[in-house]
Amino acid sequence: MSDLSQLAPGLADPPHDAQRIFRAILDAVSHPGRIVSLPAAPAGPGRLSPAAAAYLLTLADRDTPVCLAEEFDHPAVRDFLRFHAGSPIVEDRGEAAFGVLAANTPQPLEGFNLGTDAYPDRSATLLVEVPALSDGLVQQWRGPGIDVRATVAIAGLPEDFWTEWAANHGLFPCGVDVVFTAGTELCALPRSIAVEV
Amino acid sequence: MTEINAKDGAYNYAYLDEQTKRMIRRAILKAVAVPGYQVPFGGREMPLPYGWGTGGIQVTAAIIGQDDTLKVIDQGADDTTNAVSIRRFFARVADVATTTRTKEATIIQTRHRVPETPLGEGQILVFQVPIPEPLRMLEPRETETRTLHALSEYGVMQVSLYESIARHGRIAKTYNYPVMVNGRYIMSPSPIPKFDNPKLDRSPALQLYGAGREKRIYAVPPHTPVKSLDFDDHPFEIETWEQCCALCGSRESFLDEMIVDDDGQRLFVCSDTDYCERRRDTAEAAE
Amino acid sequence: MYVAVKGGETAIAHSLDYIADKRRGDRSLAELSLEQIDQQLGLAVDRVMTEGSCYDRSLAALAIKQARGDLIEAIFLLRAYRTTLPRFGESLPLDTASMVAERRISSTFKDVPGGQVLGPTYDYTHRLLDFSLAAEGERPAAATAPADTGRSLPRVGDILEREGMLEPPPQDGASEDLTRQPLTLPASRPVRLQNLARGDEGFLLALGYSTQRGYGNNHPFVGEIRYGHVPVSFVPEELGFAIEIAEIDLTECDMVNQFAGSHDVPPQFTRGYGLAFGHSERKAMSMALVDRALRAEELSEAAASPAQDEEFVLAHSDNVEASGFVQHLKLPHYVDFQSELVVVRTLRAEVEARNRQAAMDQAAE
Repeated sequence: MSDLSQLAPGLADPPHDAQRIFRAILDAVSHPGRIVSLPAAPAGPGRLSPAAAAYLLTLADRDTPVCLAEEFDHPAVRDFLRFHAGSPIVEDRGEAAFGVLAANTPQPLEGFNLGTDAYPDRSATLLVEVPALSDGLVQQWRGPGIDVRATVAIAGLPEDFWTEWAANHGLFPCGVDVVFTAGTELCALPRSIAVEV
Repeated sequence: MTEINAKDGAYNYAYLDEQTKRMIRRAILKAVAVPGYQVPFGGREMPLPYGWGTGGIQVTAAIIGQDDTLKVIDQGADDTTNAVSIRRFFARVADVATTTRTKEATIIQTRHRVPETPLGEGQILVFQVPIPEPLRMLEPRETETRTLHALSEYGVMQVSLYESIARHGRIAKTYNYPVMVNGRYIMSPSPIPKFDNPKLDRSPALQLYGAGREKRIYAVPPHTPVKSLDFDDHPFEIETWEQCCALCGSRESFLDEMIVDDDGQRLFVCSDTDYCERRRDTAEAAE
Repeated sequence: MYVAVKGGETAIAHSLDYIADKRRGDRSLAELSLEQIDQQLGLAVDRVMTEGSCYDRSLAALAIKQARGDLIEAIFLLRAYRTTLPRFGESLPLDTASMVAERRISSTFKDVPGGQVLGPTYDYTHRLLDFSLAAEGERPAAATAPADTGRSLPRVGDILEREGMLEPPPQDGASEDLTRQPLTLPASRPVRLQNLARGDEGFLLALGYSTQRGYGNNHPFVGEIRYGHVPVSFVPEELGFAIEIAEIDLTECDMVNQFAGSHDVPPQFTRGYGLAFGHSERKAMSMALVDRALRAEELSEAAASPAQDEEFVLAHSDNVEASGFVQHLKLPHYVDFQSELVVVRTLRAEVEARNRQAAMDQAAE
């Protein structure tokens, strides 16, 4: 581990901060497309957004290996996750419970655990850091948690992402779940959601 | 009786340690992502007996915070002994405001009922579940039922309902009436009367189901289709009463029947105590 | 106006006081101390520690006192406390060959290295009520040979194993924790053993018994039962080497069972294993019988009996789960019962109407 004095701080008041952040995440996951602001999000280390940092501090621990895309695979991020969450950092996407990706990470969903028909819950959750949760290509999302349809415009994602997403959604009940993060906000895209332009 | 308190430091906030909460929280998120699918989780031993709401309590403990207002009901009532006991537990270990009013609650933990007052956006309904597997009484083996869910192979349930029609001329199942969630998973709605099933369909509230002994969590996100299983020629129908509530006069609510004297005289009153009280208050105010 | 079951809060408060009062009993009698329970009801303490999966004699004694001697309730109390304790790490596997044994018997050999040590056992007591225990008065200390702490006791199984007559114990070191992870089926043998170790003694006893009566017989012999003290070692991360942190009492049972062998494998004896905290021979033996029975499929035996049915055994062995679910029937179920009343009345009315109609039709003919 590198110099601990350089370590980005974790949650100020773990039980209560984690609870509030979790409820915001739960709100997002149960209302796909809704942009949710995370309370008490710590400043993320390296290029990790406060929202992604808050998500991982709330949900990752030593039982959940994390796979970092190149942009985030930095000693500051590794130390942050190891020290505050105790999460193993893994290279192999297939071993990861959580993945942290950039908007333009190539083949974003490829190789992550999709779960099985008998245990679809064992799939990975991917945090995708994007420049903004609005101002992107306008889409219609449909599925559980959405009253008829949600209009969403996540910015900065290449077309390939949505091609892979369509395939992922087609695997339901298997498939990864995605959470888009930007700044202190996030927006969830569970596998159950169909995306139309 | 050991008195435990959030403030005395002997136990963590909301009783569960943070690692356990994270594990349950991850299970809840996966449950929401796959509506109606039962997520196995590392259920903990709680200081209340299995079968008395330990699943619901663990779910509530993993989501509850100081900003919440908690309502706990059993059989629709806030003052049945088990509801009192669970509410007291959270008031003590989570330092949380409690209420009996459905509208004021952010989290409602329930056993066997869905409140009559329609739930709203942002509310979370936590069900206590004894047997999460809807196919369990038809196929006792988890190894089998897991495969049936994986393959969406639900013929055994259709046959069971059909047999009921053949014998009784109708589907005689009255509570824990199976539902199809979002067209994919057959789910146990917990032992609520079928009267409550329609309230689950496209509810704006989030439904979380916790089975402690069986170590399963499942969920129905808001606005999700929840269809009670039936046949075209035998459509699903709910219980009805000839009587109205003896206290508030409601003809729309689920009525409990009480035997009031040795001759077997009956009285019918609302099972949902808050709903009944609100109606009586409104009626009184109008006078 | 009549209103059902009001005042639950007050009723519960009174009930709590009442049960505490009942627990104390007649105030003119001295209150039991935890030390008395530990020393004089030691086998109860052992059972509560075993099925509570927590080795702490004084906490188990407290649980027994609080539960008024209801051991399943005491097991529940201890488990609910255990679940709140932080985990510091995992101890090294216990080496029962290094046990300082107070008792050690083998029924497969007349004599074994280290000898047959009868030790403290009820086996040869005549079950006659000893009325001298009802009277006051001290008992002189028993004459016992000093335990030989200098030499280790080779396990009888190890000796047979060297000869190739007995299968080696499983080498699977994977650690899974049933109290942290849900049971998934099929379960590994370590997970099954964990489940059985926590399982209800009565349930395992009955299942083990059933195998002896032909429901999954596997021709058991007691290779060895030993009871005594074993050191527990732990490697703290900051030290990097093992330190001894405790000494615990254990009962271990190595059951030796026949195996017919197959075309490729020469006949060999197989093992069923049982381990319990403290002195719990009935539990350790029952566990060993059931462990062996659950290996039916692995050993290509017909698995048609209850004790051989993994899902049935593992799902129903836990008395805290079973006790809770059986007793939850005491909770109000009047809403569901109301639903049943409504439908049964409707169905009865329909049948009666049909019968009346049939009677009228018949009368008209």
